[in-house]
Amino acid sequence: MRYCRCAIRWLSMIALCTMVMTAQAVIETYEFSDANLERRYHRLSDELRCPKCQNQTIADSNAPIAKDLRFLLHEQLESGASDDDILSFMVARYGEFVRYRPGLDSNTALLWYGPLLLTLVALLALAMHLRGRQSAVSPVEPTEKEREALRARLGESNGGQDSQL
Amino acid sequence: MLAEVGHFALIIAFVLACLQAVVPLVGAWRGHSGSMLLAPPLAVGVFVFLLIAFVILATTFLQDDFSVKVVASNSNSFMPDIYKFSAVWGNHEGSLLLWVLILSGWMVAVAQFSRGLPLTMLARVLGVMGLVAVGFIAFSLLTSNPFERLLPGIPAEGQDLNPLLQDPGLIIHPPLLYMGYVGFSVPFAFAIAALMGGRLDAAWARWSRPWTNVAWGFLSLGIMLGSWWAYYELGWGGWWFWDPVENASFMPWLVGAALVHSLAATEKRGLFRSWTVLLAIAAFSLSLLGTFLVRSGVLTSVHAFAADPDRGLFILIFLALVIGGSLVLYALRAPTVASRVQYGAFSREALLLANNFIFVISATTVLLGTLFPLVMDALGQGKYSVGPPYFNAVFVPLMALLVPFMGIGPVSRWKQDAPSRWRQELLLPAAVVVLCALVLPVLTLGFNLWVALAVLFSGWLLAGLLRDFLDRTRTAKGLFSKWRRLTPSYLGMLLAHTGFAAMILGVTVVSQHNVEKDLRMLPGDSEDVAGYRFHFVGVNPVAGPNYDADQADFQVFKGETLVAELSPQKRRYRASGQVMTEAAIDPGMFRDLFIAMGEPVGEEAWAIRLQYKPMIRWIWFGALMIGFGALTTAFDRRYRLRERRLDTAETQAAMNSPAHAKA
Amino acid sequence: MPRLKLFLPLAAFVLLSLLLFKGLSLDPTSLPSALVGKPLPDFELEELHSGEILSRQRIIGEPMLVNIWATWCYSCRVEHPYLLELAAQGVQIIGLNYKDDSVKAVGWLKDLGDPYALTLADSEGRLGLDMGVYGAPETYVVDAQGVVQYRHVGVVDAQVWQSLLVAWFPEFRREGVSQ
Repeated sequence: MRYCRCAIRWLSMIALCTMVMTAQAVIETYEFSDANLERRYHRLSDELRCPKCQNQTIADSNAPIAKDLRFLLHEQLESGASDDDILSFMVARYGEFVRYRPGLDSNTALLWYGPLLLTLVALLALAMHLRGRQSAVSPVEPTEKEREALRARLGESNGGQDSQL
Repeated sequence: MLAEVGHFALIIAFVLACLQAVVPLVGAWRGHSGSMLLAPPLAVGVFVFLLIAFVILATTFLQDDFSVKVVASNSNSFMPDIYKFSAVWGNHEGSLLLWVLILSGWMVAVAQFSRGLPLTMLARVLGVMGLVAVGFIAFSLLTSNPFERLLPGIPAEGQDLNPLLQDPGLIIHPPLLYMGYVGFSVPFAFAIAALMGGRLDAAWARWSRPWTNVAWGFLSLGIMLGSWWAYYELGWGGWWFWDPVENASFMPWLVGAALVHSLAATEKRGLFRSWTVLLAIAAFSLSLLGTFLVRSGVLTSVHAFAADPDRGLFILIFLALVIGGSLVLYALRAPTVASRVQYGAFSREALLLANNFIFVISATTVLLGTLFPLVMDALGQGKYSVGPPYFNAVFVPLMALLVPFMGIGPVSRWKQDAPSRWRQELLLPAAVVVLCALVLPVLTLGFNLWVALAVLFSGWLLAGLLRDFLDRTRTAKGLFSKWRRLTPSYLGMLLAHTGFAAMILGVTVVSQHNVEKDLRMLPGDSEDVAGYRFHFVGVNPVAGPNYDADQADFQVFKGETLVAELSPQKRRYRASGQVMTEAAIDPGMFRDLFIAMGEPVGEEAWAIRLQYKPMIRWIWFGALMIGFGALTTAFDRRYRLRERRLDTAETQAAMNSPAHAKA
Repeated sequence: MPRLKLFLPLAAFVLLSLLLFKGLSLDPTSLPSALVGKPLPDFELEELHSGEILSRQRIIGEPMLVNIWATWCYSCRVEHPYLLELAAQGVQIIGLNYKDDSVKAVGWLKDLGDPYALTLADSEGRLGLDMGVYGAPETYVVDAQGVVQYRHVGVVDAQVWQSLLVAWFPEFRREGVSQ
């Protein structure tokens, strides 16, 4: 199912599309002066998007630009740049697009807080719903008859043993 | 000639599907039983002709008929036969044919196993499925004809099937996934049929439940296989990438999980009827949306099909008709009056409701993250990327939120339960679990907060399951009668929930204790990784049927004992010239050892990736249990009991009874 | 009215389909330059032929195209004849020879013709990096003040010129450039 989508639309971009989806493991053998830098290298290279690939991190892509960016990342880490420095360096050149973890701005607020908001709304709805359920007084179980009818309709014999879930 | 016969068979299938979509529905509307009775044979007819078309397409692949366009572009005569066969669905056109074939397979299954359904219901269900089939066969015929010829200028040799797809995992991954995707058309059709008939009751829930569980089980298995394949075939050891195409299959899975559970409440207690119908519509809609996302090219993905805006437009229009139509029907016909069934704030119903909210929020979140770049682009707000760091950050807490409820679920009672009883049931197990969470990580891989939490969570799930299991079987004497107490639906639940617990452990342990080393290695070099010594013996050229490879030989020692001999390869496929990493893996219940080759880096040195992946198998093993658990539930005896044929008067009476009255 | 609530899913779906419809006409792979609206970055690079050290100040002053090219880039060969035509019409084109071998590059221009008023030799790809270049060919429109106005990724041909680039070169708009 992996197709380079360079079909018709991108015929004019042949050169840019030579990164046909091969599954070539990308293995860089950079030396790091400190294990902490290596950890940061892996984390950042997994968060930066290769600008010319379909949907790959610079850590996963064989595209020349991904290789360049890995080199740059290694160089910047070794020269003591902070994560923020590196990210803003990349964003200044390739745009927000390079960040797989979008930074918080007015556009991405919905993205980042949406799930929390949804959860809160759902909790509120759940609480209200359950309160409504409990206060509605109806001591008789109205479904018993319904269940009876159902059992009859389904021709179920083992009416007594109601299996769970 | 053969291809033309296939094309013709597809056209006949289309005509039959049109009849199936119209005749039974009109019959149900007019109360004409003759037309309704036509539904099952028409479904069989559609299936037979699609099968003919499919077999013919497969034959053209096996016979290397390169005058057929899809064969020429996706297969060549040097490929092993099994990959020629799986190449049938390794491309857009062929996979679409498989899609409709499986859809018609589900129709035949419904016709076959739902003989007990009232005729009107059966006619409506098959009619709705027929409508879906019409759309997809038309899509195939009009925009993606698999039988298109390359005339003139038949190539002497075909191109290659993408080497990534030349893999056993990929032979069965798409069919299983499609079984799941398409399987959701059954609960969808039941929901639409119920809305048409205006009868959303426990009987409806009972009919559609086994189908839903089976479809969801297949989807679980399909996704699991995809993840496993990505792990060993993509060459870098990841197992989930949050790629749009993966998300496209994950969203219906999440909503399907909600549906599976809400159907339980609807069947047992007649609750959440409108909600359940909506979920059934949503699950299938998300399957369709997935099809659109994968085949239209609106999102960038590593595994999209060749994109074509015309195809995209066709699916979008179809989507608008099917989903839009069913949501209009839903808005007009779904019951607005909440059923008068009572349940307390502490009850199984309330827990299921919480479950449903969490799954739906999760699905919405995945949808939001997947479509966010598109939304921003459409609004002219620039280009954004949303990837794994985002999804992990929002998804993990949501799943963590699910677990507390999930642990109580099995011991909880319908209608009204009490926290004091839960305390009494679960206090002791909870204490044991907390202890385990503190001690187990220390004893094994070293204390890690996340692993401790994972042990706590999965232990909590298991504690609930075990407690309930013991409660259930306490009164039965003897192993056999204990076993008899366990219905397939109960066993299935047990299996699926245990699988979920196993997954939590696997995911957390591998993400926390995974060791990965990227190295430059010369033959003769050794490297220690997590207590294993990897010895690089050397590199040899090897020739496969349609590729040449460099093969590295490794010996892995633990202490002085040889644990494994591993031979990763770097392949170059002759037809396409594509280079591919074939990782070598020594699998184990508690750890995988993983070696992949990169580039040669000077002299005889190679860039090598060595990985130690503790408990990664638990992820797929857990998913397997979830899938098989879901399939098991369908064997429950109560689903096989056939409903007595109802005469119209009885149906009428049931419809008029207060519990069934519509708003 | 409780039934109104049931229309919510439909409303959400209508919004979603509008979005997807819009999505069909968008190109998810197109990536506008982060540099648009910003000044061309400063640099100090040798001129390919003369070896003279050039800076940003030296090249700006009139609207121009900055074309990223290399001898290893197949598509650059495809667009080259059209660049020659544009140059012949008087369009100011600055070449940026990106991550390339200078000797090969000089030979290439000798064989195929030289459309560039000046060619910057960026063998390390440093300026390319600062400009956010991610492949070749890419073509930037830089205005008289040295501000980047537009970036085109891929081959420049008559259609691209007429529909996307000519807007910044009003004096060439009317007569156009023949194919």
